[in-house]
Amino acid sequence: MCDQTFVAITFGPCDCCGKASPLMNIYIKSEATNYCSFCVEVMATQGLQAGESAASLKKESDSLKKKLEEERAKLSDIELSQVAEKIEVLAPLSIKTRRVLKGHGNKVLCMDWCKDKRRLVSSSQDGKVIVWDAFTLNKEHGVTLPCTWVLACAYAPSGCAVACGGLDNKCSVFPLSLDKNENLNTKKKSVAMHTNYVSGCTFTSSDMQILTSSGDGTCALWDVESGQLLQSFHGHTADVLSLDLAPSETGNTFVSGGCDRKANVWDMRSGQNIQSFECHESDINCVKYYPSGDAFASASDDATCRFYDLRADREVAVYQKDSIIFGASTVDFSLSGRLLFAGYNDYTINAWDVLKGTRVSALFGHENRVSRVRVSPDGTALCSASWDNTLRIWS
Amino acid sequence: MRICLRKVDLPLSPAPISICRMTIRTARPNRGQHFRPRTHCLNKLESIVVEMQDPKSGVKGSEQKLNVSTIPHVITGKDVIAWITNKMKTTPEEVQAFGTMLVAYGYIYPLQNHKKLVLCNDSSLYRFQTPYFWPTQKWVAEDSDYAIYLAKRNIRKKGMLEAYEQAHYSHLHDWLNHKWDFIVMQATEQYKAGKERNKPDRVVFDCQERAYWIVSRPPVSEHCCVKSNDPNESITTISTNIFYQQAIMRSKVKSSVSLGALTKYVTTYKNHDPFLAPCLPSNPWQTDHDAYWTCNTRIDVPTKMRVERWSFSLFELLSDLRGRDDFKVFLKKEFSGMPPHLMRHLSNLAFWEAAEELKWGTASSMTSKAETIFKTFLAPGAPRWINIDGRTMGLTVKGLDHPHRYVLEAAQTHVFLLMKKDTFFRYLKSPVYKDTQKNALSPAPHNFSPAQLEQNAQNRSLGVHPVIVWQQEEEEKAKAAAASAPVDVKAMMSKIDRKK
Repeated sequence: MCDQTFVAITFGPCDCCGKASPLMNIYIKSEATNYCSFCVEVMATQGLQAGESAASLKKESDSLKKKLEEERAKLSDIELSQVAEKIEVLAPLSIKTRRVLKGHGNKVLCMDWCKDKRRLVSSSQDGKVIVWDAFTLNKEHGVTLPCTWVLACAYAPSGCAVACGGLDNKCSVFPLSLDKNENLNTKKKSVAMHTNYVSGCTFTSSDMQILTSSGDGTCALWDVESGQLLQSFHGHTADVLSLDLAPSETGNTFVSGGCDRKANVWDMRSGQNIQSFECHESDINCVKYYPSGDAFASASDDATCRFYDLRADREVAVYQKDSIIFGASTVDFSLSGRLLFAGYNDYTINAWDVLKGTRVSALFGHENRVSRVRVSPDGTALCSASWDNTLRIWS
Repeated sequence: MRICLRKVDLPLSPAPISICRMTIRTARPNRGQHFRPRTHCLNKLESIVVEMQDPKSGVKGSEQKLNVSTIPHVITGKDVIAWITNKMKTTPEEVQAFGTMLVAYGYIYPLQNHKKLVLCNDSSLYRFQTPYFWPTQKWVAEDSDYAIYLAKRNIRKKGMLEAYEQAHYSHLHDWLNHKWDFIVMQATEQYKAGKERNKPDRVVFDCQERAYWIVSRPPVSEHCCVKSNDPNESITTISTNIFYQQAIMRSKVKSSVSLGALTKYVTTYKNHDPFLAPCLPSNPWQTDHDAYWTCNTRIDVPTKMRVERWSFSLFELLSDLRGRDDFKVFLKKEFSGMPPHLMRHLSNLAFWEAAEELKWGTASSMTSKAETIFKTFLAPGAPRWINIDGRTMGLTVKGLDHPHRYVLEAAQTHVFLLMKKDTFFRYLKSPVYKDTQKNALSPAPHNFSPAQLEQNAQNRSLGVHPVIVWQQEEEEKAKAAAASAPVDVKAMMSKIDRKK
């Protein structure tokens, strides 16, 4: 639990304009102040002050960057591999395919589990979104969206609705109905509106808000009932491909990864970018928090997955192998955080030992790229969605 | 508009063919709704493919007879597999996967079944693709190039196009109609130039070109792996500086501390992770029996594992609604009728729950919820007055003038920290928790025979649909609210929220 973010003052009167609003904690000439996002933007767009020039600003930028790196280096008093020496080695895993969900007519792009641990929703390139009971293999609900490439889908915490979005630049919420004859499209609610494709969406702790990431480089928090934009998050310089909400009791931060090779951590209340990591050599396809909320992992086109420690503010592990050349498109942790499952573009899934940095197991079976892997809420199974039109449940 | 002159030298192909192509290109940034290419792997692939073609240490090639002529440098699938196995020293499945990638991306093309892009571990014949046709980021397989290719094949022999190619051709004829004359002219030129080559060269080139287009315009609609995109790079330096400043000043923790905490987490949860330790009575996905789920609902007697998990952190205890119920039982037993400084333990949890509902509620419900919370918890003399420091109280009350979902953040954090550092530990030491632990169940592990497993698979239980569960819970909440104290925040909350 990142205590720092927890106790930061994020709501109150702005030190600049005095209005009560969500606050960003910033420093002006080494003095800590709390500004509302509007005042911060005004400050940034004020242009050059007296005595400054574009070159001097750039120089300041470089020296600040260097100083940040020095601060980070001071804290690396030990490496993860050293700490992991005291942990016992994992016994070999025997993971098999337990279910194959067939029914999509085209590439399956995304999936999400329901909190009841057996249902899941999946979306595909032909615009279809299906809700399955994966345990019995029954298809319980189906919706067809007017757009193709439904890149993101999410199940609501209550289990009563699903959200999905993609090339239509929107994210819509569909309340689920027990009536088999009802067309879910009639109750559809258009919530998010972006200026480019929606790459990821997730509900927060309730059914009332969704968080989306988009190809227009921003993330946004929306109120489902009114469709109102509650907060937007700017900072990425290219498409944002993925996001994940922190699992801790605070639930106030989330991490996003994008095509600018950066993984950014945001405070949901104020919209402030509080941490940023630029370690990958290519696009970041997926980011996922460690179960404790103090770390996260990312998967990238450079064929590596990386592990970042949020409290020490640095990257602590890289999961790679010479024989793995194809990009990783998705990652998820097992319940204890010991295993990291990563899906790759060479049709395989690799299970890594998070602490020791070695590969524990490789899962074969898909006949095309793996687009998404997700561990079920109680950790009993792993679901993988693939471009071969199927989903597999592994255990 | 740019006119591009491309000339290619093929050092690795034994019969060098230099091609001079002129293509008029419209230089527009390709930022449309295309799925972005993932091409970072190509550099690494190319270096490996070059190694594979080394005359001494690469894959062994031979010649293939085709009617009168002979095609040089043909390789077999199993030789490729053997070379990769030797180089990478890994499992057969991985070698197969890697080999198939080489074919799928167009570095090696099959001679016999040219539309199936798979590497077969037998004597199937393949050839290395000429570097001119390798997938790169430098030039895109444009529609006009494809149109020229299809037109050329049509000129050579009418009716030679396959169904999907015919469909493409008609479509291109429609939308490239404005430059169709140019396309036909280019196709004719290329056809004539082709006729002037000698037969073996022509056959080789035709194969290479055909393989290239199978990869770039595959028969089934797969995405094309070669497209480019320009990143948008315009951050104001000032915003960056603001970010760096706060990032530097942010307090951080030494790696030894944080990494130690991460490993401690893994150790604590080790036995609860179904991938690492068996779940009792059995993993539903493995035995098709859902006892593991039905005995872990919000019913009376929880299992030992579940009760143990509540002790890991206040977050675990509160996230599990059964645990939260137990916590409430403890609070009532321990602190009801006690002096105010102890009664606060009771109201703290209620306040925290109410603040959560405010934070995650609908925008329209803010004002009414904020009002209720003020009356119940914060007003002087309120029935469930929470005891927080004066400054926080002042700020919170002032903020409630214009209610916002985060107006209670400071107060909620204060209350949560109190619960985490004090109340939670009292709970763990309390008779209530110890009783719950004592009475917790320890289900015996299932031991199904193969026949029983078959039975289970036939009779998988349907479970209850989440919508039904939710409806039932809402009814329970309403009943509980009606039965308890007159001013109950939860009842008001669920009434407000039940506008569905």
